[in-house]
Amino acid sequence: MEAFASTAPVRVPLEHRFSPYTDNGGTTLAVAGSDFCVIAADTRQSEGYNINTRYSPKLYPLSNGSVLAIGGMQADASTLAKRVEQRLEWYQFKHDKPMNTQAVAHMVSTMLYGKRFFPYFAWVTIGGMDENGNGCVFSFDPVGTIEKHLWQCSGSSSKLIQPFLDSQMGHKHELLPPGELTAQRATLLVKDGFTSATERDIYTGDFLEIYTITRDGRTRELIELKRD
Amino acid sequence: MDTHPGNWGNPRPHGGSSDLDILRPVDGLAPAPSAAHGSSALPVSRTQQPIVTGTSVLGIKYKDGVMLAADTLASYGSLAQIRDMKRLVAFGDHTVIGASGDMSDWQHIQHILNDCIIDEYANGDGHQLHPAHIFEYTSRVMYGRRSQVNPLWNSLVVGGFRDGKHFLGYVDLLGTTYQSSTIATGYGSYIAQPLLRKQVEGREDELTEADAAKILDESMRVLFYRDARSLNKIQRATINPSGVSITEPYSLQTEWSFAEGIKGYGAIYE
Amino acid sequence: MTLAEPLPTGGFSFDNVARNAMLAARGAKPPKATSTGTTIVGVIFKDGVVLGADTRATAGPIVADKNCEKIHYLAPNMYCCGAGTAADTEFTTALISSKLELHSLQTGRQSRVVTAMTMLKQMLFRYQGHIGAALVLGGYDVNGPQLYTIAPHGSTDKLPFVTMGSGSLAAMAVFEAKWRANMTRDEAVAIVNDAIEAGIFNDLGSGSNVDVCVITKDNVEYLRNYNRPNERGVKEQSYRFPRGTTTVMSRKVINFVDVIEGDAMDVTA
Repeated sequence: MEAFASTAPVRVPLEHRFSPYTDNGGTTLAVAGSDFCVIAADTRQSEGYNINTRYSPKLYPLSNGSVLAIGGMQADASTLAKRVEQRLEWYQFKHDKPMNTQAVAHMVSTMLYGKRFFPYFAWVTIGGMDENGNGCVFSFDPVGTIEKHLWQCSGSSSKLIQPFLDSQMGHKHELLPPGELTAQRATLLVKDGFTSATERDIYTGDFLEIYTITRDGRTRELIELKRD
Repeated sequence: MDTHPGNWGNPRPHGGSSDLDILRPVDGLAPAPSAAHGSSALPVSRTQQPIVTGTSVLGIKYKDGVMLAADTLASYGSLAQIRDMKRLVAFGDHTVIGASGDMSDWQHIQHILNDCIIDEYANGDGHQLHPAHIFEYTSRVMYGRRSQVNPLWNSLVVGGFRDGKHFLGYVDLLGTTYQSSTIATGYGSYIAQPLLRKQVEGREDELTEADAAKILDESMRVLFYRDARSLNKIQRATINPSGVSITEPYSLQTEWSFAEGIKGYGAIYE
Repeated sequence: MTLAEPLPTGGFSFDNVARNAMLAARGAKPPKATSTGTTIVGVIFKDGVVLGADTRATAGPIVADKNCEKIHYLAPNMYCCGAGTAADTEFTTALISSKLELHSLQTGRQSRVVTAMTMLKQMLFRYQGHIGAALVLGGYDVNGPQLYTIAPHGSTDKLPFVTMGSGSLAAMAVFEAKWRANMTRDEAVAIVNDAIEAGIFNDLGSGSNVDVCVITKDNVEYLRNYNRPNERGVKEQSYRFPRGTTTVMSRKVINFVDVIEGDAMDVTA
């Protein structure tokens, strides 16, 4: 208790403050194709060196058909997901149609920035179909910066998986023409990305949950990852 | 932040920084103390550390319900202050909450939840809150308090059984929640959770009430051997189709005879 | 003859301590050593001692080595599991191993476990915890099977079952639940395996495989990868880039040797 806040108008003893944040680990990933979107996350929830549970979904299927993927702090993530879902409900009541994916993305951006000075510790990604029936992916930093992507990986394994996707989906500096990116190939890359990340990132593992979104709707797949 | 159970009731070490720089509130822009306290030069009184604490709570699912266990000790730092603390409490006819962490905050939570149960009862429509409702409400209270940077310093285990459905959930001072077939708080998450997972995972539909009791008794015994803030006087709560029952406190048998053979800690000069 | 530059005297150099303290005071971050989150254990049974270890080495949140060896050789009748700073556990055990060999040659006797324990604790105490080695020492000598833990500051414990590392609580829970006096060899190996598995599956600092070492009178069984509960699954597809993927800017072949057609290489097992 010997420290004093220097910028405060009154010299107030600064107590060692409770930290309202924690990192519950894990990885999220989304891929946008011409007629599909694949969005995935592992399901391990951890705290320090402990595994809280092997199945705590980081993917939140929304009522408008999109999927929200949130890593970072679980309490902030589930709170944000609940608020987003509530706003979608209000939108539906008011306009009698579901909110489109781009609109959800921009709404999430403002919701995040709305807590600029006490941010949600949340790495948010949204995957869905746009108005033309093409897959689309948006991602955000904790304070609301929005970016549109063709593929994007966030969370504890992002530095392991993103370069792999850049290589296998970007095909930069390759002479041979790349084949078309189908939902099937994207799913294979997602699976291999996660099994490889599980080998090297201690916070990623247990299960891999994948949603595939097409014009026909949404399907879910659950795959086992290593548990060590 | 250091919420490790080993540091409960101890003076907090000075310094320590978070990696999450972006999340650190800007000076002067941090959530402000309320106006009522604004003019005071003293810091607003908030739970900065737990004072009188309870240690681990365990919970498992089994074939016919959910079972929780906790010891009856409330510690003041290293002092075993209260040895008949009730840390497992029923809310309504289908739900039990077990609490570790600060015991005054826990009693406050009991107060809030009882208000909630009474409100519901007062409607007179015979409706009772489901375990999942009580869990959701509790988790919003906990998250709400952490968002005011004034947490209720507890880790809670919510166990319930209703309409043939098992419920076992965890919520803590940050509002972190999860559901699982085995849950352990505090030191229990390091010591008992591995034992519970090994015996329960994949066998939730086979274990009988007697099996569940045996698993929890054995895990509580191991905790008593290794957690210096624990007691071998425990209670168990069972939530099954016939409702809630919480045992009277009872003692676990312990075994220390192996210690006879241990001499010294290094070279022995005889 | 006097040397202009004195020969190094061996041991650690403390030349930069004052400079480093000054830099640290100005906010410089010292380099971080690879610290191994670990589960290591030991148990005494009827005829000897069993040591166990997981095989994950970590650098922060990243797995640095998926199959490292944490059970180190000390002497023919003694092995030592290491947790903590990887380099410290390796160099400390190697140094004491060397000293034990010389001591054994000098005295013409087999090394004793207490000797190794005392050398280790005196060395670690001298360095006041700056050598971050947490050890489980097991061996068999004229006094029978013995088991010790040595903490980084030099304190020791002598117990019938011990655990160390970030997974020590998970492993100790297994021992507290299942340990009995005078177990057989197979019972002891089984309980050690279960203790290490508890660490592997519940502690994020521990993972991959189980190494076991059984030390009995005049015999050592070093069971490297005794159990492999975490085999990597088959990848969904191959990631070989097809020929022609990259631009060939120029091409030049130099023949350093003349390849002469001869018998095909024997590739049978």
